[in-house]
Amino acid sequence: MVENRPWANFFAHLTLMIGVAVVVFPVYVALVASTQAPGDLLRGTLPMLPGAHGIENFTRMWQSGVSNAGAPPAGMMLWNSFVMAMAITVGKLSISLLSAFAIVYFRFRFRMFFFWLIFITLMLPVEVRIIPTFQVVADLNMLNSFAGLSIPLIASATATFLFRQFFMTIPEEMLEAARVDGAGPLKFFKDILMPLSVTNIAALFVIMFIYGWNQYLWPLLITTDPDYYTIVMGIQRMTSEENPQWHLIMAAVVMAALPPVLVILFMQRLFVKGLTETEK
Amino acid sequence: MQTKRMTFPGRFLPYALLAPQVIVTLIFFIWPAGQALYQSLLREDAFGLRTTFVGLENFARLFRDGAYLNSLSVTVVFAVGTTLLSMSVALLLASTVNRMIRSRSTYTTLLVWPYAIAPAIAGVLWWFIFNPSIGIVPYILDMVGYRWNHRTSGADAMTLVILAAAWKQISYNFLFFLAGLQSIPQSLIEAAAIDGASPMKRFWTIVFPLLTPTTFFLMVVNVVYAMFDTFGIIHATTQGGPAQATNTLVYKVYADGFVGLNLGSSAAQSVILMAIVVALTVVQFRFIERRVNY
Repeated sequence: MVENRPWANFFAHLTLMIGVAVVVFPVYVALVASTQAPGDLLRGTLPMLPGAHGIENFTRMWQSGVSNAGAPPAGMMLWNSFVMAMAITVGKLSISLLSAFAIVYFRFRFRMFFFWLIFITLMLPVEVRIIPTFQVVADLNMLNSFAGLSIPLIASATATFLFRQFFMTIPEEMLEAARVDGAGPLKFFKDILMPLSVTNIAALFVIMFIYGWNQYLWPLLITTDPDYYTIVMGIQRMTSEENPQWHLIMAAVVMAALPPVLVILFMQRLFVKGLTETEK
Repeated sequence: MQTKRMTFPGRFLPYALLAPQVIVTLIFFIWPAGQALYQSLLREDAFGLRTTFVGLENFARLFRDGAYLNSLSVTVVFAVGTTLLSMSVALLLASTVNRMIRSRSTYTTLLVWPYAIAPAIAGVLWWFIFNPSIGIVPYILDMVGYRWNHRTSGADAMTLVILAAAWKQISYNFLFFLAGLQSIPQSLIEAAAIDGASPMKRFWTIVFPLLTPTTFFLMVVNVVYAMFDTFGIIHATTQGGPAQATNTLVYKVYADGFVGLNLGSSAAQSVILMAIVVALTVVQFRFIERRVNY
């Protein structure tokens, strides 16, 4: 602080509190709405204080869902989201660790070609090439399966780049020492590279998990069987109904938002590290 | 591109290590992208019985099509609105948080979590707040004499999706602005203060110019976000309406392909979008190279 200005400090805190309030407001409204009785949300305006039906709404959503709106129990959708997010995360991390290892620690023909092949994927978000990708997955009979939900999304140039950058900073002596001691490539990878990469892996894990959990368009297209609905897309099925049951929808919204928000809050340091490094 | 000075020998192992990623990339990226390129040159008749090669006709039609040109301008409005709103709020919050000493980490924690919320869910949240019959904001607006209805008014619908998209992106911009602010040497600001520059003057003549690299970087990232990652917001709320008022390019690819079943046109739109992504990526990378030397 350069100078002491009590009024400036007061206004700074005021600005921040208003900012935090604006950021929190939508979620607060969702929480309040999820604790109301069914009729309370039809009576003109939304109450601003929590009601008494929270447990009831959450249990109903968790156990039975809104079946007439095509939304299975939230418990199951949350499980599907979790499986999909974990499959995408673990898949992305493992294939990119392996390919970064190959690119940094080996010399072989077409190395540059493969590097550019991977690099190109950075430029093609799934939304852009959605129809041909859907056709490929349909031809491979992967609709309505966890494989179809996760595998098309696991190729990631970002993670490969990050690991490549990181491997380049590992001292040459590590490899020399390992080779003098007679370690082969796989042993070096398992016993030296992996332990050194733990923090990077954890930071990317946080980012990728959130990415996987929040997938929307892809699950929406390739799942027609409610057994594979994920929570984020299931909510859309409920809101597109004629008379949306907002108290239950908002209970589902809270449940859908909670896991990734908790991940960020409890692993904030790793999250910030992952975010700033993947975007550089 | 460099490797390590010393590498492992191995004839098949490197290919085996690369195989999983290369196979996934070929099947789910390169092949569909090639398909999009190929289909963008074809036209199917109304019954899907005959396909004819039409060259660049699909592209030419798009640029004569009022709906597509409308979608282009909608996307520009949406991207500019989201980027400006989100970045200015984030800059205000970040520079204020940067003044704090004890409470900095508390405020940071309170501001970063919306990153975790899916775009579709952000859309539903704002849709609910602005719901014309039960939402809280239309109720307040009604008291000051404005009848909010995003189901009939295109401007209202656009405001709604911009708010939802910007809200979700604030945390991201905030974190990068905060990191940028913390890398500005304190001595520069102190020197200006000794020379008698007011906090406002210090911000606009020292802090803001030094933040330019971060600002440019975030502008590119935000435009990419607004163009491609906001599909969920549009789909879960306005579905492109009312009367095409929020029909962004990414949403239109989906709507024309899956709902309208006009594959040739949708593929041509995909190809145009890919070109835009490639251009933006190049801008981002060239810019980052400069940032390193800054």
